[in-house]
Amino acid sequence: MTQARKPYVRPIDFENRRVDLTHGSGGRAMAQLIEELFEKEFDNSLLSQRNDQAVFEVLAGRMAMTTDGFVISPHFFPGGNIGSLAVHGTVNDVAMAGAKPLYLSVGMILEEGYPLADLKKIVQSMAAAAREAGVMIVTGDTKVVEKGSGDGIFITTTGVGVVPEGVEVSADRAMPGDKVLVSGSMGDHGVAIMSKRENLTFETEIESDCASLNGMVEKIIAAAPGVHVLRDPTRGGLAAVLNEIALQSGVGVKVREADVPVRQEVHGACELLGLDPMYVANEGKLVAFCAAEDADNILAAMQADPLGRNAAIIGEVIEDSRNFVQMETAFGGMRIVDWLAGEQLPRIC
Amino acid sequence: MKFVDEFRDRELAQNLATAIAAAARPDRDYYIMEFCGGHTHAIFRYGVQDFLPANVHLVHGPGCPVCVLPVGRIDNAVELACDNDVILCTYGDLLRVPGSNGMSLLRAKAEGADVRMVYSCLDALTIAAENPKREVVFFAIGFETTTPPTAVALKSAKAQGFTNFSVFCNHVLTPAAITNILESPEVRNLGTVALDGFIGPAHVSAVIGSQPFEFFAEEYQRPVVIAGFEPLDVMQSVLMLIRQMNDGRAEVENEYTRVVTREGNVKAQALVAEVFELRAAFEWRGLGLVPYSALRIKEEFAEFDAEKRFSVSSSVGKENKACECGAILRGVKKPTDCKIFGTVCTPESPMGSCMVSSEGACAAYYTFGRFREEERQETPRK
Repeated sequence: MTQARKPYVRPIDFENRRVDLTHGSGGRAMAQLIEELFEKEFDNSLLSQRNDQAVFEVLAGRMAMTTDGFVISPHFFPGGNIGSLAVHGTVNDVAMAGAKPLYLSVGMILEEGYPLADLKKIVQSMAAAAREAGVMIVTGDTKVVEKGSGDGIFITTTGVGVVPEGVEVSADRAMPGDKVLVSGSMGDHGVAIMSKRENLTFETEIESDCASLNGMVEKIIAAAPGVHVLRDPTRGGLAAVLNEIALQSGVGVKVREADVPVRQEVHGACELLGLDPMYVANEGKLVAFCAAEDADNILAAMQADPLGRNAAIIGEVIEDSRNFVQMETAFGGMRIVDWLAGEQLPRIC
Repeated sequence: MKFVDEFRDRELAQNLATAIAAAARPDRDYYIMEFCGGHTHAIFRYGVQDFLPANVHLVHGPGCPVCVLPVGRIDNAVELACDNDVILCTYGDLLRVPGSNGMSLLRAKAEGADVRMVYSCLDALTIAAENPKREVVFFAIGFETTTPPTAVALKSAKAQGFTNFSVFCNHVLTPAAITNILESPEVRNLGTVALDGFIGPAHVSAVIGSQPFEFFAEEYQRPVVIAGFEPLDVMQSVLMLIRQMNDGRAEVENEYTRVVTREGNVKAQALVAEVFELRAAFEWRGLGLVPYSALRIKEEFAEFDAEKRFSVSSSVGKENKACECGAILRGVKKPTDCKIFGTVCTPESPMGSCMVSSEGACAAYYTFGRFREEERQETPRK
């Protein structure tokens, strides 16, 4: 009796090959891509069971869940890439409920012809970002579309996490008298993308602040479990987040421009590009609203985190039925910080 | 940031505020028009009014190139993009300006037209080089500041022998618009609009110099102070204007000496003269047909003139009837006088052009100054 010969499988040539339609077809090529790239990099017991879903124990209490699509252009930028961003962004959205993020799912839409070398770099960054944040990528999906039907790579991530008992963080909980804090300088991500996109070079390269904030959130919750609102100011920047919270909570917000941290290089680039740092996206910063008596504790907790060294108290919540966000300008006058109209910068995340 | 922060200094602002308060006579009002949208934007963004006494009024002028563009020209651009299969390149601000029936370039783009946002007309030239089989049209707008770069693009297109690039020229001229405002019946005869003096343009003056404004000061007896776009520049110029008015002087003074000279940028002027010539008349939104107020491309560059390359109709365009942009651009009405301001007309869905550009008076009022509406007791205009 002849023994069945074990077929030789040539490893994927990540350096020279490109994504083709077979990588999403459900056949061997797809299985091989999953095994040699996703399973290898994401490396965890739930993913390697190779089921169409991940099965895990549910803890008692409340869970937080979020989903986010990433279409950023360019895919690689100073301080990160679309992969690390897809992990940080979703981890942060879960964490802004005061929750501890646990599991992520990843959906990838790849365009035929995309270099496998770039895909590998992106997947490796996702794995590194997940490890750093202490979350597991437990399930995923890969689709390939014909050339011309996508822009290289689009990623969607979904995240779940658990909310510690007694924590009630929500954007409708801001009240008059609350203090408003930010965890660091505003506008780094948007300006990093913009400068890369427009091929503008500045004396010092501006890096995206792209990072997972769940560690900082844990510290904030430990310092003040009663914190009212946490939110990360991504698209639309600080201005959008302050307006959303004012509207959801039915209050007004008053901030002082002089107290809003903005890095010198970002300030300069914004001047040049005609942008306002208040409206420029961040990917590793959060805004917190809390009772006045908690403010100093939260500020100290933020500053104790490596990502929050430049944290600052920037303003207060006031009563205002019109839900305006007002700002005392650094110049000394007053103005409204309105919702962003139109699109300041498309495809920023 | 160096050379910027100095002109936004809080303490200096306080000192200037004290000086303005001391200079402004309590027995009269001062109506000062800032011509430029750049000044309007600075006034609102930094809250300059908070430093001025109640009897010093800032009237917002028509110096926003997006705002003064008549609906018909937007319709033309939409036609160019939709009917001629061209790549239409333009500055971002223009994309959202509503033309007739709510059509805009942004909507045309969504419906399949190839409309691209560029930061400079030279980018449009690059697009033309990259797409040799497509016609590329640059939708050029702006006052004297953006005209020299368009001239450069046209000259390089000619020098490099481009056959697929043209410019839809809508460049307009500041002095003609100021004359038109001063000649308007509201200002000259009826006296319904008080205008005691002008804050003169910053960047425009860098190109044309301060000399062209001497005529207004003399002929219409209105002082002009050329000012930079930083908030302290605006406050300093207000103080200079108040002093002129108190002394009964009507001169051209230059606050923006770090950039503007009496002669201006002679090289840029020569470049513009080489490529462009005056149009006999051009329609301005709000001002109507203004004689000799715009430029067209000279015959030597005719092959790069989109108006000659394609059939561009002289459509009149339909404005929203309730929109008061016209009166607002002339300084006759304030944004808050308009019935649709802040109701159906918002920056998200602008009905008129003043709500589109960040330099437009309505957008500035809405975006930065809305909270004042209920707090301020309006002083009736004299």
